[in-house]
Amino acid sequence: MKAFEYARAADPADAVARFRPGAMYLGGGTNLVDLMRLGVAEPGALVDVSRLPLGGVEPDGDGLRIGAAVRNSELAAHPLVRERYPVLARAVLAGASGQVRNMATVAGNLLQRTRCPYFQDVSKPCNKRQPGSGCPAIGGDHANLAVLGHSRACVATHPSDMAVALAALDARVHITGPGGDRVLAMPGLHRLPGDEPHRDTRLEPGELITAVALPAPPPGASHYRKVRERASFAFALVSIAAVLDVGADGTVADCRIALGGVAHVPWRAFHAEQALRGSRAGEDAFVRAAEAEMAEAVPLPRNAYKVPLARNLIVRTLLELAP
Amino acid sequence: MNRVEGHDKVTGRATYAAEYPVEGVAYCYPVQAEIARGRIAGVDASAALAMPGVLAVLSCEEPPELGADAEPELALFQRREVAYRGQIVAAVVADSYDDARAAARAVRVAYEPEAHDVMLRADHRGLYKPDKVNPDFPTDTEKGDVAAGLAGAQVTIDVTYTTPTMHNNPMEPHATLALWNGDGDLTLYDSSQGVSLGRDMIAQALGLPRERVRVVSRHVGGGFGSKGSPRPNSVLAALAARAAGRPVKVALTRQQMFDVTGYRTPTIQRIRVGADAAGRIAALEHEVAEQSSTLVEFAEQTATATRVMYAAPALRTAHRLVRLDTATPSIMRAPGGCPGMFALESAMDELAVAVGVDPVELRVRNDPDTEPDSGLPFSSRNLVACLREGAERFGWRDRDPAPGVRRRGRWLVGTGVASSTYPARRRPSQASAAVENGGFVVRIAAADIGTGSRTALTRIAADTLHVDPGLVRVELGDSDLPYAPVAGGSMGTASWGTAVTMACQDLLRDGKQGFADTTEAVNADAELARHAFGAQFAEVRVDADTGEVRVSRMLGVFAAGRIVDATLARSQFVGGMIMGIGMALMEQSVVDLEFGGFTNHDLAQYHLPVNADIEHVEAVWFDEADGELNPMGTKGIGEIGIVGTAAAVANAVYHATGRRVRDLPITPAKLL
Ligand SMILES: Cc1cc2nc3c(=O)[nH]c(=O)nc-3n(C[C@H](O)[C@H](O)[C@H](O)COP(=O)(O)OP(=O)(O)OC[C@H]3O[C@@H](n4cnc5c(N)ncnc54)[C@H](O)[C@@H]3O)c2cc1C
Ligand code: SF4
Repeated sequence: MKAFEYARAADPADAVARFRPGAMYLGGGTNLVDLMRLGVAEPGALVDVSRLPLGGVEPDGDGLRIGAAVRNSELAAHPLVRERYPVLARAVLAGASGQVRNMATVAGNLLQRTRCPYFQDVSKPCNKRQPGSGCPAIGGDHANLAVLGHSRACVATHPSDMAVALAALDARVHITGPGGDRVLAMPGLHRLPGDEPHRDTRLEPGELITAVALPAPPPGASHYRKVRERASFAFALVSIAAVLDVGADGTVADCRIALGGVAHVPWRAFHAEQALRGSRAGEDAFVRAAEAEMAEAVPLPRNAYKVPLARNLIVRTLLELAP
Repeated sequence: MNRVEGHDKVTGRATYAAEYPVEGVAYCYPVQAEIARGRIAGVDASAALAMPGVLAVLSCEEPPELGADAEPELALFQRREVAYRGQIVAAVVADSYDDARAAARAVRVAYEPEAHDVMLRADHRGLYKPDKVNPDFPTDTEKGDVAAGLAGAQVTIDVTYTTPTMHNNPMEPHATLALWNGDGDLTLYDSSQGVSLGRDMIAQALGLPRERVRVVSRHVGGGFGSKGSPRPNSVLAALAARAAGRPVKVALTRQQMFDVTGYRTPTIQRIRVGADAAGRIAALEHEVAEQSSTLVEFAEQTATATRVMYAAPALRTAHRLVRLDTATPSIMRAPGGCPGMFALESAMDELAVAVGVDPVELRVRNDPDTEPDSGLPFSSRNLVACLREGAERFGWRDRDPAPGVRRRGRWLVGTGVASSTYPARRRPSQASAAVENGGFVVRIAAADIGTGSRTALTRIAADTLHVDPGLVRVELGDSDLPYAPVAGGSMGTASWGTAVTMACQDLLRDGKQGFADTTEAVNADAELARHAFGAQFAEVRVDADTGEVRVSRMLGVFAAGRIVDATLARSQFVGGMIMGIGMALMEQSVVDLEFGGFTNHDLAQYHLPVNADIEHVEAVWFDEADGELNPMGTKGIGEIGIVGTAAAVANAVYHATGRRVRDLPITPAKLL
């Protein structure tokens, strides 16, 4: 591990002031410190933001405001989250292990890096790690990489479970930085790889996430389901956060669907949602919606299974949510 | 019996190899090859040597002096040729681990790469017939006319199964602490399954007389075969300590373990069976393709269990090996039998389906009177009893054989069965026993790799001496103690226990001390087929939409001689079965075809079962009385638990879904 400076920021403004090129913010460190050990991340300085006064989960109008430094385990256990946004609590609990969740912060979870095996191995090329060096995953081990929205430069997936639920819930990410404060709406925090796979998100250097705001909970029943080969402590092959509201007349009044494990971003299934709204809730409509979404998929030779998997998962989850 | 060292372990007082506190210790971090085949053009250590704390850099630029006949994987820095990606090509010694690691990244190695080949294929042009398979079995066997048997059969099965590369992944990473004294004597604190063999091989690698080397390994956090013989870390620590003139620690990372500590070879196995309409086997053939490195011929004995299992008038087994640009495969729990029985026991299930005979009954029908290949009588064989007892306990009787018809909510449910077997052998060993301070001390260079062998030997000694186990202390894990074979091949307790029993008998005669060398007794063993047997039953559920497989319950029934200690035995059987569930459903090292080595090399990507995967795993056993084994009447229990598990799970998956997965692991991708 390369030598680095370490500073603990007193407040968000202090954190931003301490930021300089080559520095990184440090949350719980469960991802960043791993990457530093592997030589994937080599920050010259760490600005520790895990103890900033950015804690707390508080009502915010009809919604909720979650501090960026709230630990994953605290978030999942919070009564307001469990009562009003169970899909978020479930998604967080589906991720990692108890020990990791005790350390991991909300901001760090959103900004965790891909689990593409080449990205994590500095002895091999990777466009995301070293722009222009190539993407060996496309011709190699991509069994758990993207089927949607990928590019010829990168086929990585975003590994977060929590982010999938936040994308479904229209969460808004509050940011402060050298250029002032701004807000990015989920799923717009993350970006597709395009020609610049080294950029995971739309954040500019030095920008600090301060909070995540949730609007009022969407009406209807919700569920988070994660598919993986072992029962716990594994990243998703495919996951889904879904909210379904069926009116008294049996038609879909509203719905939200987001998928994990399929793209460089938590993938909001807008096509499926559009196909569903106003249609009669039932297997036919659910299959049509799932197929509308997955029609765009471009699987690679070793991850083609994700297309029927995502399709089946959408249909099954909606069937379970339908009254 | 509770483990005699249990208290030390749970209170953190048990010291493992990397933990011994030593004054002035330095640390060594390896530099690994970034090509899979080629030559090292040059190693530029100048930048690394200028970094803080760096004491020395080792590489082929100045090959350290080694013995002439060092095992090739241990012959560090002797050659410029690279045999596999991840091979240790240089190393940095520094004051701290972090300094060593940082400087290792600054060592510049220039390569002349050559095209590599890391993929095992059934039609590989390099496949050849090795002279023998491990440890000394014939490569091929043939009895009767297989072609005629297949041609004349009413039902035939011709199927190919594959198992992937798997890594042992013991909890404690390989680690070594090396100290040279002023006289040129070397002491290694090592994580080892066998200190006598370890000492011999390290002495040979370093070109030292074995009296100058001592290997100490008091506690070992698992090995599963990967610590059966020394790995490069042991020799590296010795060389680094010599170069730095200080004690040196080498503690491999999990990632490094995937490269340099061995793995289970991938296999491609073709099985052909011909049977009559009642399922009686007329001909059976088992052909295996597997791999080794260009450095060492390691030929896994994959088809040897097929020589033992079922009565077949015509029986042929064959092994072919190809030397690839990979690290050398090694021993992993139940070598041979574990991958081989996945294929054979899956094929038996396919035969049961084809002839419409219950798979338990099919196995009973084909149970042989003598060992099928050799014709030797069995010292004892209770496979049929295991199958029947298991069927009774598992509730097999009402099983509807139709696949894909049982549903519980979103789950498809099925059950499967498979047989298990593992050889029951013993090797020569020595041991001593003495009366000391009002108690008894037994000394033997055995290993306790977490299996509880220290406890089992305590009990064996106490039984022989007719005293309370609390009066017996067993010292092991030190090559200065009486010579003992490795913890492996399910031979540990049988080999060491024989020596301990005889040493204690000698002590009873002498009154003060006793010593035994069992070489003669072992060599005088009558020629018999000695094997443990078992039957495994699995119930799985498969998510109809996602292909997720969960094992709802497993039962193993074993006939493995006399069981010395129920607590220890249960943990071996159940542990083996859990490891087998991992093999069935998730374990797989993904070969990196483009770069060599593997793409996954940590426990986040190489999946082992976690607690949530293990719902109900139960092991029961018969207490077999077999007088042809050893004084304790034991058969060895460390490996049989993993044999057959994967087939039982795969057969249950077939029963649940109607889908036969012949390529492990059985992941959702293969069931969608
Ligand atoms: C073995 C293992 C298994 C896992 N399994 C899962 C899983 O199944 N599902 C899942 O979703 N996750 C999983 N994780 C990932 C885990 O959720 C993340 O490591 C964790 O959420 C990261 O949070 P952190 O606070 O530790 O982030 P850190 O590691 O501290 O930081 C991560 C990134 O966020 C940046 N950052 C941190 N805080 C801020 C801020 N306030 N503003 C701007 N940038 C910031 C850092 O600079 C860094 O780039 C797993 C992790 C491990 C180690
Ligand atoms: S998929 Fe992306 S992260 Fe993976 S190797 Fe290619 S560029 Fe790197």
